[in-house]
Amino acid sequence: MVKEKIIEMLAEATDTEASEINMNTKFSDLGVDSLDMTEMCMDLEDEFSIEFTPSPEIDTVGKLVEAVEKLTNEG
Amino acid sequence: MSFRIIGTGMYVPPKVVTNDDLSHIVETNDEWITKRVGIKERHVSETEFTSEMGAKAAQAALDDAGVKAEDLDLILAATVSGETVSPSMACMLQNQLGATCPAMELNAACAAFLYLLETAAAYFALHKEYKRILVVGCERMSAILDWTDRSTCVIFGDGSGAAVLERGDGYLDSVCTVKGGDDVIKIPHFVGTSPFFNREQDTPYIHMKGQETFKYAVTAITNDIQTLLERNHLTMDDIAWIVPHQANARIIDFACHKLGISTDKMFVNIEKYGNTSSASVPMALHELKESGQLRRGDKIILCAFGGGLSNMACLLEY
Repeated sequence: MVKEKIIEMLAEATDTEASEINMNTKFSDLGVDSLDMTEMCMDLEDEFSIEFTPSPEIDTVGKLVEAVEKLTNEG
Repeated sequence: MSFRIIGTGMYVPPKVVTNDDLSHIVETNDEWITKRVGIKERHVSETEFTSEMGAKAAQAALDDAGVKAEDLDLILAATVSGETVSPSMACMLQNQLGATCPAMELNAACAAFLYLLETAAAYFALHKEYKRILVVGCERMSAILDWTDRSTCVIFGDGSGAAVLERGDGYLDSVCTVKGGDDVIKIPHFVGTSPFFNREQDTPYIHMKGQETFKYAVTAITNDIQTLLERNHLTMDDIAWIVPHQANARIIDFACHKLGISTDKMFVNIEKYGNTSSASVPMALHELKESGQLRRGDKIILCAFGGGLSNMACLLEY
């Protein structure tokens, strides 16, 4: 569910086909900058009722999915 | 009993610096700046100090209101980039305008104009004899920027904005929040030369963490506006305009997304001036009024956020 939501958000934000985005996709390859990340993470916070601040280490879709899933499981 | 706004004014120095101009100073370009912050150009002072720019906006507001400086009961001013710590900006303005009333400066960084309005409302309540108060936000941000830091020097601009307030009942409600700390936004003070102080000091330029500032700003705008609407049993349909602090067009756009409203509700002029800190809200309010789109009786919301961290919003009937 987290994975699907993140891919849906990224596809919409970057005007990319969702089928072209996978867990290994790097945000930099999609042209996602730090403010795009902040915006997406704020939407994820509302979507999953979590508190989350992006860090530079989270540079792929898979790492973001993992971080958000960890927080949702904790909740 | 509070006040209503009877005059507004603004001033920017004549020198315009475009994004292309900046690309010759630091490694940046028009596309990057436009996408990241929505700024195309800003005005930068070549010869004028902050108080001189503030006095021009103040005089314009006085002329607009048809009020003479000697008829003011109080001057409240805000700046983070004044040429002096003492005299305060308000005292400098009192002198330059030829006023004789008390004058006081207040620091709430980019949110300061809202705090000036709140303070004015308190003074009107305290001093029943007060009829008119001048509020001024004025900044020479170019003086406190590190012009080798492309993440901050492209964002800010110089300018001033002012309003003349008259005793009335147009200030309907406000919400103030402070989350004190210097880890997100900081403007260190002048570094002295004490031979006894041996602790490292930051450079006296603006230091700002972009992502944290963005998140704080969006949250501040959305929470403050929702609070004002709920507390006053209003919906967004009752609000003619929102005049936000002009820090970053993307902050404003994303706040609209969070609030579920059209960006048409927000008055935005950041593309011409950049972030002018305490001057940005009165400059935007003045331009909104001059555009003919603000009518007497309109309910408007002003909102701002900045270093402190301080944020505030107020509901006004113009």
